[in-house]
Amino acid sequence: MRDLKVVFHLFEQSSRLAKKRAFLTIAAIAWGTVAILLLLAFGEGLKRQLDSNRKAMGENIAVVWSGESSKPYKGLPVGRDIKFRIEDIELLRARIPEANFAGEIIQWRTSLAYGTKAVNSRVKGVHVEWGDMRKHFPVEGGRWLSALDEKEKRRVVFMGDETAKDVFGTTDPVGKLLLINNAPFTVVGVMQRKVQMGAYSGPDKNAVVIPISTFKAMFGRDQLSNIVVQSPKPGQMKGILRQMNEVLGGKLGFDPEDDRALPTWDTVKSAKTNMNFSMGIQIFLGIIGALTLLIGGVGVANIMYAVVKERTKEIGVKMALGAKARWITLPFVLEGLVYTFLGGAAGTLIAVLLVTGMGFIPSQGNRVMEFLGKPTLSPLIGLATAGILGVIGLLAGWFPARRAASIDPASTLRYE
Amino acid sequence: MLALAENQPAPAKLGPQAVPAPSIIRMEEVRKVYDTGKVKLEALKGVNLDVTKGEFLAIVGPSGSGKSTLMNLIGCLDTATSGRYVLGGDDVSRVTRDQLAEIRNRRVGFVFQSFNLLPHISAAENVEMPLVFGGVPVKKRRDRSRELLERVGLGDRMDHKPTELSGGQMQRVAIARALAMEPDVVLADEPTGNLDTSAGGDIMALFQELWRGGSTLVVITHDPSLAKRAGRVVEVRDGRIVSDERTENRPG
Repeated sequence: MRDLKVVFHLFEQSSRLAKKRAFLTIAAIAWGTVAILLLLAFGEGLKRQLDSNRKAMGENIAVVWSGESSKPYKGLPVGRDIKFRIEDIELLRARIPEANFAGEIIQWRTSLAYGTKAVNSRVKGVHVEWGDMRKHFPVEGGRWLSALDEKEKRRVVFMGDETAKDVFGTTDPVGKLLLINNAPFTVVGVMQRKVQMGAYSGPDKNAVVIPISTFKAMFGRDQLSNIVVQSPKPGQMKGILRQMNEVLGGKLGFDPEDDRALPTWDTVKSAKTNMNFSMGIQIFLGIIGALTLLIGGVGVANIMYAVVKERTKEIGVKMALGAKARWITLPFVLEGLVYTFLGGAAGTLIAVLLVTGMGFIPSQGNRVMEFLGKPTLSPLIGLATAGILGVIGLLAGWFPARRAASIDPASTLRYE
Repeated sequence: MLALAENQPAPAKLGPQAVPAPSIIRMEEVRKVYDTGKVKLEALKGVNLDVTKGEFLAIVGPSGSGKSTLMNLIGCLDTATSGRYVLGGDDVSRVTRDQLAEIRNRRVGFVFQSFNLLPHISAAENVEMPLVFGGVPVKKRRDRSRELLERVGLGDRMDHKPTELSGGQMQRVAIARALAMEPDVVLADEPTGNLDTSAGGDIMALFQELWRGGSTLVVITHDPSLAKRAGRVVEVRDGRIVSDERTENRPG
């Protein structure tokens, strides 16, 4: 307690000195803090944006294509094409009720026309459930395909936003008749714009979607291009895919262990890789920021060394008057900590203002921002920065203080 | 008398009637060797010195005679290589750095040739500095520094910074600071060395006054006029005490 009183008293007296130097030191730390916070905030924003872009295709989904058997099964040879049909979706739904299944058939380069405008685009026939799984949400005024559409094989179409623009321009497509291979379809909805990172057979904005039953009737195909599977929780995906192999293996005749029979893209698995990648970027940015902050810390230490050197005689006098070593060192440590704390506080304030300011920049239509995301500060970032600041502050004061304590009063006091 | 220590027992003080006067400084065969690695320099070659309470001792000698080393040892700024040194009843031959700091704080008041005041704090705060280290509460510190500055004639300069004071005034602040903890001995190193004749004369008169007040004074000096005023003159040469004479001077 008495130590503390003495230390604060001495600190208070010495802090009256060198206001300008203190300001510069604090500015250096503030700069370092701004750097580390902004870098980490950009990293966090990028991470979140990548995550949301990746999820734009659908959350907890896997895409299963038809493949070729690579293992003999019950007397059947290898190299057989494994093909699944619309009816197999009913089987999967019945046998694996905890998961969602939807079939998808693709017709490439199909002519779409409205008025004098005609383009070629993909047409997909899908189950109604597919829309939610694959995040095809309608712009206000329109709707997604309904169960009734599917049941009655209605000629209705849901359009990707870019294809809708290509065909209809500024006209609102909803309610208009779109000619698909010269057959009239009513446009019931247009997809909400989304930034999509993962895709197979092209981005969702460049396709049109019709009920799978209508598709079968029109194009005469019921062999699915792929099946989309959604598990209720990420952790269940692996088990669901295994069950699916068993169900389809039994029906279509392939070894459930045959991993070539149903080539699968499990987005849950690739999400982990993506997270590691984002984490890697975060760590990299964090290290750069920490180094910047470290330079600020070296600045503080440097100034404290200069102060110790300048006050050598003063320290000698205090020692002669009976100051114990810790009463000499602790005010220096405290000074280093205070500089670092003030700099850190100022830097945090600036960084928060900048990040908040950047939040007001509209990202809609800005492709760079759409991909990079907005810088975001998180409690973890704050904690990490505070930790680094604390360590740097302690060290920046500690080393100069040790030098101060090693001063020999006898040799500093003798003569001028 | 002020109660200076909060938790520490007060320094042992003998009664005023004790006869003969108690020894404040007792050095027995004190040697100091500076080991610079290659060369060993023997600065003190066996010094015996006994200073009793209330004495005014001047230590004289040419440069390099070892008198600065002797002053460092007396002031507990350094410890002897061998021999025994008892200051005010405490054997300080072998103590830790922190203990040494505490002994300096309680038993020794320093006055330096170059004043060594802290430049950025006021005269009063300078005087209070040893009291801060001694754990004296704020209120008592204030009262004590005021009392001491008034005693050295600077009652109207309490809040002046050292840079706003003349050399003689700075040395008077330094003397007030040396007296703050009521030390066993006031140790002065060339206290008039940086002062002109008139200011030097003032300081000498002040020392005389302290002597009259019962303080024990040890002054290291080249200045014959200051040495002449002491009650005892010790001459150091080549690491040894070569003469030790009492003068006619009396504190009265």
